[in-house]
Amino acid sequence: MMATEMANTAQVPAQRVGQSSSKALLVLIAGWLVPGAGHFLLGKWIRGLLLFASLVLMFSIGLALKGEISSPSTGQLLDILNFAGDLGNGLMYLVARVFSLGASSVLTVSADYGTKFIVVAGLLNVIAAVDAHSLATGRKAS
Amino acid sequence: MTISHFNAVLLFALLTSVVFGITQRAEPKMMVRFGAFCFVLFVLGTIAASWLMWLIKH
Repeated sequence: MMATEMANTAQVPAQRVGQSSSKALLVLIAGWLVPGAGHFLLGKWIRGLLLFASLVLMFSIGLALKGEISSPSTGQLLDILNFAGDLGNGLMYLVARVFSLGASSVLTVSADYGTKFIVVAGLLNVIAAVDAHSLATGRKAS
Repeated sequence: MTISHFNAVLLFALLTSVVFGITQRAEPKMMVRFGAFCFVLFVLGTIAASWLMWLIKH
C-alpha cells in the first residue's frame, strides 16, 4: 500500500517533467522555425514581436542588399560555415531557397554586407530559440 | 538597394542589440539597458576600429 503510494507520488513529478520537456522542445523548434514563435508560445508577446521584427527585418535587408543564400554543395569551408549560419533562419531560409531569393554569388560590397546580415540573423535566431527553451525549462527566471 | 557602410553598421547594431538585450537579461529594465549598452559598444567599436585602420594606413 505504502509502496504503491510512493510509486504514484514519484510518477507525478516524472510525468510533469516529461510534459515540460516536450513543451520545451516544441518551444525550441518553433522558435527556430519562426523567429519569436517560442516566446509567443510562452505568452511573452512583446519579446516575441520584437524578436520577430528584428530578425525578419535583418534577413530581409540581407536579401535586399543581394546577399548570398549559401548552399552546402560548394565544398568550401567558408561556404559551409555560412550555410550553417543560414540554417538558423529556419523557415525563412527554406522560403529563400525555394523561391531563389538572394544572389548566387557576392558581386558588390553591399552584397557582402547582405550576406553577413543573413548569416547573423540565423545565428541570432538560434540564440532567441535557446532563450525561449531556457524560459520553458525554468533555467531563465522570466 | 544600396547602403553606406555606416548605415549598415547602425542597422546591424540596432537589430543585434535588440536580440542581445532580450536574450541576455531577465528583467525588462535590464534588457533595455543592456541593449543600449550593446548598441553603443557596436557603433563606438566600429568607429574606433575605422580610425585605427586609417592610422595604420597613414
